[in-house]
Amino acid sequence: MSTETKDHAALADDFNKDEDRVDWHDETLWWIRQKRDKAVNKLPDWELLRDTASAIKDNVLSNLSVYLQEFEAKAQNNGIIIHWAANAEMHNKIVLDLLKAKGIRQMVKSKSMLTEECHLNEYLENNNIEVIDSDLGERIVQLAKEPPSHIVLPCIHKKKEEIGELFHLHLGTDKGNSDPQYLTETARQHLRNIFITRRASLTGVNFAIAQTGEFVVCTNEGNADMGAHLADIHIASMGVEKIIPERKHLGVFLRLLTRSATGQPITTYSSHYSKPRDSKEIHVIIVDNGRSKQLGRADFRNSLKCIRCGACMNTCPVYRRSGGHSYHNAISGPIGAILAPNLDMEKFADLPFASTLCGSCSNVCPVKIDIHQQLYKWRQVIVQNGYAPAAKKAAMKLMSITLSSPFLYHTSGKAGRMVLRFAPFAVNNRFNPWFKQRDMPAPPDQSFGEWYAKNR
Amino acid sequence: MTDREQIINAIAANQPAFSPLPATHFTAEDQEDLASQFADTLTAIGSVVFVVDNLADIHQHIKSNTSADHRVISTIGMVEYNEDIGTNISPHSLQNVEIAVLKAHFGVAENGAVWLTEELMGNRVLPFICQHLMIALPIKDIVANMHKAYERIGNDSYGFGAFIAGPSKTADIEQSLVMGAHGPKTMTIFLMRS
Ligand code: SF4
Repeated sequence: MSTETKDHAALADDFNKDEDRVDWHDETLWWIRQKRDKAVNKLPDWELLRDTASAIKDNVLSNLSVYLQEFEAKAQNNGIIIHWAANAEMHNKIVLDLLKAKGIRQMVKSKSMLTEECHLNEYLENNNIEVIDSDLGERIVQLAKEPPSHIVLPCIHKKKEEIGELFHLHLGTDKGNSDPQYLTETARQHLRNIFITRRASLTGVNFAIAQTGEFVVCTNEGNADMGAHLADIHIASMGVEKIIPERKHLGVFLRLLTRSATGQPITTYSSHYSKPRDSKEIHVIIVDNGRSKQLGRADFRNSLKCIRCGACMNTCPVYRRSGGHSYHNAISGPIGAILAPNLDMEKFADLPFASTLCGSCSNVCPVKIDIHQQLYKWRQVIVQNGYAPAAKKAAMKLMSITLSSPFLYHTSGKAGRMVLRFAPFAVNNRFNPWFKQRDMPAPPDQSFGEWYAKNR
Repeated sequence: MTDREQIINAIAANQPAFSPLPATHFTAEDQEDLASQFADTLTAIGSVVFVVDNLADIHQHIKSNTSADHRVISTIGMVEYNEDIGTNISPHSLQNVEIAVLKAHFGVAENGAVWLTEELMGNRVLPFICQHLMIALPIKDIVANMHKAYERIGNDSYGFGAFIAGPSKTADIEQSLVMGAHGPKTMTIFLMRS
């Protein structure tokens, strides 16, 4: 899929061509948001939990350099091998070197958004290492040669018929059969064989505990554990911000994470890895890749509190109706739009504009990140740095001319109303981005200027 | 400069002024009927619950529900299903286990999870690779919520531990819930009165 040259608006346009699919996507995510609400409303302490989680993360960010070293020392004591990677290239190289040293050419991997961010699969494949994603949703998008469109629900954009067709092509299922039970059972058999035969397994990290040196991986499928406990070498990749100070803090985060994500009370598996099995290895790669820089941006550092629950995506009216791929970044949705410009302000200049700033994201965020305010602030920074997306630039230029000239303001108002009344399609065209996919409101009979002239 | 120094220095330079850790006091949940809350949650997440008197009842249940050609591994003292599955065997050899019957340290009422550490699993992969997982848990060993759970774990040391809440599941295909993604297809909990 080529998303390189198109911006969010253009990609959202592509997604919006199929109106039924957009409605279905929108409704599915909203249904998940409602499940979240139900789960959340059962906990009287919900707001207290969010406040506490946010304050714990404030503490983490303020003391991160110390916690990281504490985690490293404790983990090493437990027999875990620690690596540090300043950027994506270094991370990928460490993985490759570990595999090469053991003569391993095939690896199984559970969900890790960090490895998506680092484009690890591509890198390894270019170095003749086969990677198989074991999360069902990720396996589906991998077979489709697409990136995940959501951090928790990687193939939320795919219809079961498309998945049935993919499985028919790649896994030999019956043509035309798209029963989820049947397809899941097929994937189970296929991936069991992978788990049993792979000597290396890579997982993400949900939480790394400074106090104990253990790390926690959460899945519903059990794929991280199937991979890790059957492999000779388990590599776990984590961003520096995954640290939490003490084991007891898991009580706070595990109560929040899945209720926010899908409305479940907890994931099926919350696995605590502390020591490797006898004569086997656990390696943890601690990755920066722009995070220390984001930590230095006072307005944006809160984005590092994110626990990747996906709630801000499920609730976002723009995400729901534009799809995850329109964000052309590993992490999509509101949180992706505040993380991405830190990595490349020019390439992702469009993302902070892909929002209505309604604030729904900030309201559901379990760690209380001020997401919509950061989106607003990024817009200022991006414009100041001269990276405003082209369409926005033209619109803003027009607006500043109009607003600085009362004559133009009046005539454009009048002309605008004439056009609306007599040629409703003329405004709904590609030159007017605001009205895309929107129904035009009825035009007022008088502009405010005319009304005021008569009534003052 | 190594990547390690580079990262730690950059973070130390950019981290904001120290912000203290918050208190972690939460409303004490209703301690009244933890067992029924636990059982309700388990049912909601797709587990099966039986209340039994003791281990002997569980033995009886398993005997009458398995056929001779099923490989059953139990770590709860059933002689016929005792196998050495410790660190000296290859975990891959467990791929044909039909049923694993294990003890758990405790259960959590609010989410239906049970806490197991490596010693109780026999082998780390066993609770994941078996087709059906059964857990024996004394009714008295149920805590209200995750805060109580970590209080109970305290500073215990373990090589590997997991909260397990129900059978392995996925809803990745159009949000249709399917049990048995990669791990067990069913999970049964026996709550023992003694
Ligand atoms: S920003 Fe908040 S709501 Fe969004 S994924 Fe991260 S933790 Fe969840």
